[in-house]
Amino acid sequence: MALVLTEEQTMLRDSARGLIGDKAPVAHLRKLRDERDATGFSRELWKSFAEMGLAGLLVPEEFGGSGLGCVEAGVVMEEIGRNLTPSPFLSTAVLAASALARGGSAAQKKTFLPKIADGSLIAALAIDEGAKHRPAKIALQATRAGNGFKLKGDKALVVDGHVADLLIVAARSSGAPGNADGLTLFLVDPKAKGVAIERTVMVDAHNAARISFDDVEVNADQVLGEVDRGGALLEAVLNVGRAAAAAEMLGVADEAFGRTVSYLKERKQFGKLIGEFQALQHRAAHLYTEIEILRAAVLKALQAVDADAAQARVAVAVAKAKAGTVTTLAVQEGVQMHGGMGMTDQFDVGLFMKRARVLQELLGDSAYHAEALAELKKY
Amino acid sequence: MTDLDTFRAETRAWLEANCPAEMRTPMQGDEDNFWGGRNAKFASEAQKVWFERMRDKGWTVPDWPTQYGGGGLDGAQHKVLREEMAAIGARSPLSSFGIWMLGPALLKYGNEQQKAEHLPKIARGEIRWCQGYSEPNAGSDLASLQTRAVPDGDDFIINGSKIWTSYANYADWIFCLVRTDPAAKKHDGISFILFDMTSKGVTTKPILLISGKSPFCETFFDNVRVPQSHVVGTINRGWDVAKYLLQHERAMISGMGGRDGGRPLGQVAADSLGTDDQGRLDDPILRGQIATFDVDEAALACAAERAVDLAKAGQLHPAFSSAMKYYGTELNKRRHEILMSAGGIDALEWESERSQEGSRARAWLRTKANSIEGGTSEVMLGIVAKRILDLPGA
Repeated sequence: MALVLTEEQTMLRDSARGLIGDKAPVAHLRKLRDERDATGFSRELWKSFAEMGLAGLLVPEEFGGSGLGCVEAGVVMEEIGRNLTPSPFLSTAVLAASALARGGSAAQKKTFLPKIADGSLIAALAIDEGAKHRPAKIALQATRAGNGFKLKGDKALVVDGHVADLLIVAARSSGAPGNADGLTLFLVDPKAKGVAIERTVMVDAHNAARISFDDVEVNADQVLGEVDRGGALLEAVLNVGRAAAAAEMLGVADEAFGRTVSYLKERKQFGKLIGEFQALQHRAAHLYTEIEILRAAVLKALQAVDADAAQARVAVAVAKAKAGTVTTLAVQEGVQMHGGMGMTDQFDVGLFMKRARVLQELLGDSAYHAEALAELKKY
Repeated sequence: MTDLDTFRAETRAWLEANCPAEMRTPMQGDEDNFWGGRNAKFASEAQKVWFERMRDKGWTVPDWPTQYGGGGLDGAQHKVLREEMAAIGARSPLSSFGIWMLGPALLKYGNEQQKAEHLPKIARGEIRWCQGYSEPNAGSDLASLQTRAVPDGDDFIINGSKIWTSYANYADWIFCLVRTDPAAKKHDGISFILFDMTSKGVTTKPILLISGKSPFCETFFDNVRVPQSHVVGTINRGWDVAKYLLQHERAMISGMGGRDGGRPLGQVAADSLGTDDQGRLDDPILRGQIATFDVDEAALACAAERAVDLAKAGQLHPAFSSAMKYYGTELNKRRHEILMSAGGIDALEWESERSQEGSRARAWLRTKANSIEGGTSEVMLGIVAKRILDLPGA
């Protein structure tokens, strides 16, 4: 497959760019942040996403979605990254839709997927527990009780967890933390007894939650996929999410870079444009090269996930690891080259730095994925 | 089954039947390259068989037109062939500056007579070419070159000298930049000319490098007589040809690190350092360096693949090869630093059979030229800043 966007994908990019750039530019995030909005995102915007078919982008057509692939989801994520747009696209349209479409029973799909596609249901994936993304070490306990299970434990960095209508919770139903086997995914009603949700406004003014589960009862129908065998499903879903997050990071990096290059062509010091200084030219040219390499690695990962999400680990590890280092460099150079203005809240470049930091941690940072690559290559 | 699937199946079967087992192993050193030319020597019977079979298919230059000895493959077929060759680890049958550099320039700028004369001989490995670009006082500032070509009847008389001429002492012909109008601005008085290295007045002198080897020469021209008809493109417009050729040269150099197809770094390091009971390298810091290197290398390979696809779609920025050259060469230097670390004291031996006469150390030292030859990293970054980012005053 050619490592370029098809004509249809380019058209999707253009329309997503139009919609998101128009309705949710960086100023949109600022407004939500400054007004201390209770939800932290715009339901009206999410409705527009649904009307354009974006909420159901990964939902199969038989359940009211567009039935498109991860490359298309990545195209949208890149535009979200460019505009720092807070929306449930990653949590709901990418992660939850993938989990349900890949692991859901016929009944589960019929219940939830159409609602994701029409924008009426927001869903959040609860994976992380400690300070770092370590899905193999999941410890939230699922204990058999009657016909079902009881869940006990805590989750953190549950993206959109404070507004979710449905939680997809990864729990340990057997084995010890560190075992690959023994994980089960559950569909949990956030209003169920024993669920306590604390909204955590993050450094980037995006949304997440800490959620604690205190003997929350779930029945057998709420198991997503197979009991004790959720690891493989989770891995496939995470690979989709990681590739999508890498695409968002590409958008963050590329936009921060574009704004920085513009600044180099405007700002004058010592009687000339600062872009005339070779010290800055070479750093900008290096960063350009890194971003173009990232662009190729991200598209490769998205295509690999479309081909077979379970087999895409190498391409995904490369893309997410590279995205972490390149995006970090892009926002750091962005602030530095904007000089004192880069440190002000008034200039947007700092917002890109904050978002990049969150995305670096989300679904595994560069070190986590480089480590995964070393494991896969057996050294 | 699409036509391309059929082509893939046929190609796979042909390669399986025709590529000797010895030609499916990683190259160990430059001796494993077959360079062709009037005095060509094969390192082995397998190398000869493999070269001749590929030559007869036109697959030394798969995407050149068949009339010039090429395989006539379109972009998609060429990609399939590359993928299938990579899948079995097949070596390139012919290494050639004629293929990598001159050929593309001749296809674009050469007249019909020049194409018919030179391209088939390149494709068949009959003539080995070298590149006369740099001069002692024209390195990064290549356009300031001073080698003079003065008209004399239908000929030019060429005087001057070149430096860093790769394998000039083995080459049959040279493609050379000469100054034909000293009064014009420096980019406007240059011509791109071809001539036989056995012409009267041409001498070469190998330069001993820090690697202890001499891949480069000084080349001297003392009243060398060359027909004016050997100029490629228009007289005094040679800079256009030179720049176009440099894009191909840079694309070639950027891929050097990946092309050896050798053992993965992690495995090489495990051979010398050993592993712990979990199979992890017994040096966590080096292991981390290798992992981050592997991320960058894999990502660069994606970018190289994408560049080919973009070029096919007519969307590749012409200066992009400068970005790739910069990154690829810096990465290759990093690769060899890691190899030296992994080898430890074993990699320091310079004269022993055990170390194959210091092959790892010599290869490490050789890579230091990667970010200098074909345009330094700093020149590449300057080109990206100016031509792609459009920064002021660059």
